[in-house]
Amino acid sequence: MFAIILRRLIYAIPIALGVSVVCFSLVYLAPGDPLQTILPADASADTIAFIKHEYGFDRPIPVQFFFWLTRVLQGDFGMSIATRRPVVDEVLGSLSNTAVLATIAVPLAFLIGYSLGVIAGCFPGGWLDKLVTGSAVMGVSLPNYWVGIVLVIIFSVEMMALPATGMGPNGSTAFSLFRWADLQYLILPAITLALVPVGILARSTRASLAEIRNQDFVTTLRAKGLGEGAIVRHMLKNAMPPVLAVMGLQFGYLMGGSILVETVFTWPGSGFVLSKAIINRDIPVLQGSILMLAMIFVATNLVVDLLQAAIDPRIRRA
Amino acid sequence: MDGTLMPQADIAPLVEIEDLTVRFTSREATVSAVNGVSFSVKPGEVLCILGESGSGKSVTLRAMMRLLPEKRTTITGRITIAGQDVLGLNARDLRALRGGLVSMIFQEPMTALDPVYTVGEQIIETLRKHRNMSREGARARALDLFELVKIPSPERRLDSYPHELSGGLRQRAMIAMALSCGPRLLLADEPTTALDATVQIQVLILLRRLQRELGMGTIFVTHDLGVASEIADRIAVMYAGRIVEEGPVADILANPRHPYTQGLMASTVHGQHRDADIQAIPGSPPDLRRMPAGCSFGPRCPTSQPRCREAFPPISHPSADRMVRCFREGEEAKASF
Repeated sequence: MFAIILRRLIYAIPIALGVSVVCFSLVYLAPGDPLQTILPADASADTIAFIKHEYGFDRPIPVQFFFWLTRVLQGDFGMSIATRRPVVDEVLGSLSNTAVLATIAVPLAFLIGYSLGVIAGCFPGGWLDKLVTGSAVMGVSLPNYWVGIVLVIIFSVEMMALPATGMGPNGSTAFSLFRWADLQYLILPAITLALVPVGILARSTRASLAEIRNQDFVTTLRAKGLGEGAIVRHMLKNAMPPVLAVMGLQFGYLMGGSILVETVFTWPGSGFVLSKAIINRDIPVLQGSILMLAMIFVATNLVVDLLQAAIDPRIRRA
Repeated sequence: MDGTLMPQADIAPLVEIEDLTVRFTSREATVSAVNGVSFSVKPGEVLCILGESGSGKSVTLRAMMRLLPEKRTTITGRITIAGQDVLGLNARDLRALRGGLVSMIFQEPMTALDPVYTVGEQIIETLRKHRNMSREGARARALDLFELVKIPSPERRLDSYPHELSGGLRQRAMIAMALSCGPRLLLADEPTTALDATVQIQVLILLRRLQRELGMGTIFVTHDLGVASEIADRIAVMYAGRIVEEGPVADILANPRHPYTQGLMASTVHGQHRDADIQAIPGSPPDLRRMPAGCSFGPRCPTSQPRCREAFPPISHPSADRMVRCFREGEEAKASF
């Protein structure tokens, strides 16, 4: 197992490097000039040259990349062009806000999605299966920003039970999951955010189980005299690797925050910051956010790989 | 597991199947897989069910443990194993029967074992289910079983996953699992078909030895006449969901009465002259969704007569322990008077 961990870690290095190249290239791939946003429209050629030099835009691209990467590895993503604050603070602040959201949304999505999938997969073709599959399709198909707005109308506007937007009176730094005054702000966005992953997870769990159900070894288990409970336990373990892969992806998406959902609820998370950075053409913030999110994806995939290897011995060999 | 002393008083058959029919219903069609099969197996006896794919032999076997999908399957008739009415058992007694009184070996040991558990865990699970053993006790017993089925370095193999074993070893592990709780009846569904020829013989010899040592009644399903002649006490030849001929193995091989059995023998390599062509049976088995009226072998039978298309031939007994279902059989008996 140790060898596998090591091997997967080594595999992750070129991926991380590739991602950083893409992030760096954003400056040149993005249409328009990032300097336009900070320079006055009537700036002289001297000023432009000065600023260019200050930001290092006048050096050869590989050199720029090398300097950028060395700084990034030291945790220095530069300054936000729009707010003039360090990118690290902006990105980490927004990520932690999204993480707060995810602490509710992820368990909610995984628990409900997985359970629904297991129920549907245990009774394929039955009315429970049809109900679950139908709801899952609905969860995936309904635009979640629309669901968010509907929830706000019902619970905030009509019932006045839950707040509609923001992170509460204490702000993001003092936000606590264990204080109702804060927690109530989390409920609607978390539910809205969980909707799509619930649908996706329910469907993939069901599909994985339904495939396992038809395999020969299930007949063997039955022929051994095992009860349905023990048989389902065997099937669940077999069905787990693909489900874990889906969970990993969904976890990554949830950490990326949903631009639309966070905008509907004005939740200052990574999606919100990302959308602001796009509008302001704030390339350093974009680079920083995307790089961090990509690293979260890489790390999640690493964990998924290792969990899969722990469950399925055939993956360990590969 | 003291099969050395066969209880002589126990002359009652271990297995009695009476007029078993199995139908699979789907939206498109109803498939009559088994159409009135009756046979019995005495304790310690090996019955081979011989037939080609789709003849209903595996379905018969699975019906005996009620392993067919319940929703889509209609089973009628009687299945009695060691005095228990299998079709009438409740879920709890059925679980006790499966793996306890009766166990099954499958054709494809790669897919028949759970890939994410070690073979040892799978045997221990069975033992603990039926025997209420401790984990350590069950492991010790699993080790004994691995030695019994002649798996080399058994201690290490117990902790192997199915994909880490060769086909032959996997099937031996499967056999060890089937034998773990000392079944009185072993159902073997083409257990050697998926194996290499040399391994096939080894597994066959092992099965025959274990069957004798443990005194299990055995029903062995195969399409291979050679395998059947190797292991069987009696042979039942199945065609299109019916047993068309049954009797002691030597009798059947020496003197097949049913045209289908004769065809099977003619289409098998058994020391003919090397230049002689092997004769195939013309045509193919009937569509089980639309069974022909009359004898189901009729359309392929070289001796078919008009009446063969009208009704299925009745049972005739050429001798006390033989059964044939062919119109010709009665004829010859009459002619010999």
